[in-house]
Amino acid sequence: MAYDPALQSGGRVDLQLIASMIEPGSRVLDVGCGDGELLRLLNATRDVDCRGIEISQKGVNAGVAQGLSVVQGDADTDLVNYPTKGFDYVILSQTLQATREPQKVVREMVRIGKRAIISFPNFGHWRVRMRILLTGQMPVTPTLPYLWYETPNIHLCSIDDFSDMSQSMGVTVERFIALDKQGKVSLTNQWRGAANLLAAQALFMLRGD
Amino acid sequence: MNKITENPGRDQRQASSGFEPVMRFGMDAPLLLDCGVSLAPLEIAYQTYGELNADKSNAILVCHALTGDQYVASTHPITGRPGWWSTIVGPGRPVDTSRYFVICANVVGGCIGSTGPTSINPATGKPYGLSFPVITIGDMVNAQARLVEALGIEQLFCVIGGSMGGMQVLQWAYDYPEKVFSAVPIATAAWHSAQNIAFHEVGRQAIMADPDWCGGDYLNQDRRPEKGLAVARMAAHITYLSESALHEKFGRNLQDREKIGFGFEADFQVESYLRYQGAAFVDRFDANSYLYLTRAMDYFDLAEEYGDVLAEAFRGTKTRFCVVSFTSDWLFPTSESRDIVQALNASAANVSFVEIESQKGHDAFLLDEPELFATLTGFLNAAAQKRGLKHGV
Repeated sequence: MAYDPALQSGGRVDLQLIASMIEPGSRVLDVGCGDGELLRLLNATRDVDCRGIEISQKGVNAGVAQGLSVVQGDADTDLVNYPTKGFDYVILSQTLQATREPQKVVREMVRIGKRAIISFPNFGHWRVRMRILLTGQMPVTPTLPYLWYETPNIHLCSIDDFSDMSQSMGVTVERFIALDKQGKVSLTNQWRGAANLLAAQALFMLRGD
Repeated sequence: MNKITENPGRDQRQASSGFEPVMRFGMDAPLLLDCGVSLAPLEIAYQTYGELNADKSNAILVCHALTGDQYVASTHPITGRPGWWSTIVGPGRPVDTSRYFVICANVVGGCIGSTGPTSINPATGKPYGLSFPVITIGDMVNAQARLVEALGIEQLFCVIGGSMGGMQVLQWAYDYPEKVFSAVPIATAAWHSAQNIAFHEVGRQAIMADPDWCGGDYLNQDRRPEKGLAVARMAAHITYLSESALHEKFGRNLQDREKIGFGFEADFQVESYLRYQGAAFVDRFDANSYLYLTRAMDYFDLAEEYGDVLAEAFRGTKTRFCVVSFTSDWLFPTSESRDIVQALNASAANVSFVEIESQKGHDAFLLDEPELFATLTGFLNAAAQKRGLKHGV
């Protein structure tokens, strides 16, 4: 299997973690694939059949010119077109908080994919809490770098919030991984309670049935 | 199958049509058309570029548009102009003929060497004219499939085409999914819209209103409906451009004069341009062929069989698709490409979709659009890698 050291060293650590969770030979849909970093990583290391959806046409055109299978589309409106269990994995990395209807997006993801992998910044992180508590201002942190008036993030949540939603939807959490601000693994799933305070980011693998 | 010639070199004997090479299928191998008629004999004039590799896995079929022809990357024998897609097809181009074997065939119903209304009807010994059966996009594809088979190719690495060529690409992927490894439908739609049928009807009526059309029998009466065909071309040509392209190119500029002439000469540059386009077209195209090919496009509707659910047409497809549209194309707008993409997504097909920013209207697919080049190059490279094609032949 091809191994691209450039991708390994320069790439986002959380994407490498996601890539490592994908079984070789799978069908993968990356929702909000941006410039295609995860798709390139998967193509290079996992021998999978992967596609992407990206909202920006510029990102799509650049991805296709690099030989990636990408279509222009919106997670909020276009996932309904995809067939039930058409993919082994549907991935949404660092995008859930920017969707208009996160619950609907998660529901569509667990319908389309046998597994859904979702990562997001944790709004319950102590740094976020401290920022509000001490300054009385909207938090700006390494994982939430935007000022309130320029942020694309409209539906931020904490790890506990997301867990509650998954439970209310009847969705099974197969794996939970807490990440630090660089995207490295910081805790394991048995400590989800502590993770809500200590983890800068979270990664869930869900199964819908 | 009755093959009289098999891929003769272009230096071999000149055929009666003058558009060699031509693949011929005799009276014992008729092509059953969608309208129910069996067409025989069948001749398909085509051009090839590059070399077919040993396992015949590097063939790309280019499907031409309404008024296109097989001279995709070589000089047109009538006009003397370079091939209509020589910016895309050639050595080192996005469709790289040093790597791929490229085939382009004149469609059945056409007038550049393939069997069409100008061909001799064996029943009468005279040109078919309107006795030529109505053909469909599916018939064009079936005829091409015979050519491809006769060339010994089991699976095409890619089928590419814009506009009516894009319709053929979709039809190929639908009719012969196992023979199409990848497909690039450009500036096209899965069905012809009411507006587009309307424009075609204007063109057809212009031809039929020309007294020299003679009820379609002009070839037997030694006349040609040049005025009608030119008007049809002028009307159609407007739909290939965009409001902004026309404005940018011509504005309200006057042609060879300082002031308006208070008459009906071509005062404006845009009028002069259209008249030129019309006049040049009649030298290389047959009026009846124009009727037949526009009709074929009008009849195209890939979803019809499936209660208008296009996704059903592509269910289970393994073909890799790259759908391309252009922002200013109002003949085949992006929304129609999006319908195709949505249907392919619903089949979980492997699909890329690029909308290219361009002011050039529908014609953008024929013009110098670097983003189209980059898209084709990237898509074909990735597909070639999946197909296991090596660089070089």
